[in-house]
Amino acid sequence: MIEEPFAEGNTLFHRRDTRVKLIAAAAITLVLALTSSFLVASTGCILTGMLLALSRPTPSLLLRRIGSVNLFTLFLWLTLPLTYGGDKIVSFFFLDISLDGLRTAALITLKTNGILFCFLALLATSTVANLGHGLEKLGMPRKLAFLLLFSYRQLFVIHQEYQRLQRAARLRGFAPSNSLHTYRTYSYLFGMTLVKSWNRAERVHQAMILRGFNGRLIPLNQPQPCREDYLFLIGMLLISLLLAGIPFF
Amino acid sequence: MTTLPPLLELRNISYSSPGQSSPLLEGVNFILREGRIGLIGPNGSGKTTLFQIIMGLLKADAGEILLQGKVMEQEKDFRKLRRKLGFLFQDSDDQLFSPTVLEDVAFGPLNLGASPEEAQKISISTLEHLGLKGFEERITHRLSGGEKKLVALATILSMQPKLLLLDEPSNNLDPTTRERLIKILRGLDQAHIIISHDLDFLASTCTQLYAIQDRQLVRCEDKQVHSHEHIHPYGDKPHQHGT
Ligand SMILES: Nc1ncnc2c1ncn2[C@@H]1O[C@H](COP(=O)(O)OP(=O)(O)O)[C@@H](O)[C@H]1O
Ligand SMILES: [Mg+2]
Repeated sequence: MIEEPFAEGNTLFHRRDTRVKLIAAAAITLVLALTSSFLVASTGCILTGMLLALSRPTPSLLLRRIGSVNLFTLFLWLTLPLTYGGDKIVSFFFLDISLDGLRTAALITLKTNGILFCFLALLATSTVANLGHGLEKLGMPRKLAFLLLFSYRQLFVIHQEYQRLQRAARLRGFAPSNSLHTYRTYSYLFGMTLVKSWNRAERVHQAMILRGFNGRLIPLNQPQPCREDYLFLIGMLLISLLLAGIPFF
Repeated sequence: MTTLPPLLELRNISYSSPGQSSPLLEGVNFILREGRIGLIGPNGSGKTTLFQIIMGLLKADAGEILLQGKVMEQEKDFRKLRRKLGFLFQDSDDQLFSPTVLEDVAFGPLNLGASPEEAQKISISTLEHLGLKGFEERITHRLSGGEKKLVALATILSMQPKLLLLDEPSNNLDPTTRERLIKILRGLDQAHIIISHDLDFLASTCTQLYAIQDRQLVRCEDKQVHSHEHIHPYGDKPHQHGT
């Protein structure tokens, strides 16, 4: 199953209105993404790390999430120092290491993790469904919100169909190996997954039509942001302003 | 005195699956007189197909569908029909698509023009009626099979249809949920047609049995002797099969 483990919980962050969190995440991310200052990136990383800690994620899950993202930054650490060039070169045995390359890798790592922490604290604490509705209320075109919600819904369906087929294959003694039989079986599995998901999508569409759907998703009333939400938003915007202002001091 | 036309009538419905040489249904006639009907027939005999034809999801090769005496011809007619008939799919996963239970149950009423407040009210009371109080914010795809079935029923009941078409509703239900469903169905005012292979289930929820036989819909004799075997969920306690 595709889970949303970070969305479970009842901290300050989980209780906030999704729109408020979306705006806050956009503001902080914008600053972190555009900055080229070490000070901004590292302060941002620390601040968003604190926000993340306040949202109380499960440590093991959190480490796995951070680890998988940093697999990419690790790749940068391995390549950039060797390929970046510049004047400041340190020779290390037979390798020429570019200091600018190291600096860039470090900056990207800080920015990436800052944005990751911010997303985990602010966005992962909402369900994708709520994010979709939140985006729609913030003015994203209805069709796009619809697309987001249904792509997400369909992802589950495809995943389930695939698991069902895979289970069926395994129950009949299928063990993957490096053989033509394995590759053929996997191509059948993928093909059947697509066909079955398509069929299911069609049945879901029929179910919608039977219930009077005519292309327009009408949302149910959702609670309005409360005073705490606005205070939270102000706090978050102050953080992003602070970060944006650091280079000018 | 003129009698009201029957809610649903089928005249000479014939249908062949695409790519199949022999027709699946041929000259099916049916008038909904009694309120609680069971429909049996072997796998692949066209029971689900018949429901899809009635709802206008499939187009019959020949024949007419009448709703309250009026022939349904175009998509526009069927759109009207779908307000009066609720179709519970065999697989509830096909029927639930909104993130939360409440949104799913409110989907139909909202489409039929209810205001968000009204839709919410109808949905909550429908859920309550089915014993699903407190399920409003649950995530639909994380419910158990039995819960999904009941929520799917709620999504249909919230549209307040006059006739329910239920496709194998008791499939894969545990004994408790099955009993609960029987109780719910017996308590509803709506007419229903239930497809099932579970004769005990039909015996407790229906007063009249039809079967698909030789591509036709035939009415079974009122008091047909039938034998059945089943495993009792609770050993040897006395039990009733209903009438
Ligand atoms: N999409 C389809 N295309 C072609 N044939 C189909 C399709 N769906 C069902 N059929 C065929 O129609 C027949 C009747 O199916 P169905 O109405 O689902 O039977 P039942 O519900 O009585 O088990 C089956 O033999 C099946 O193979
Ligand atoms: Mg069927």
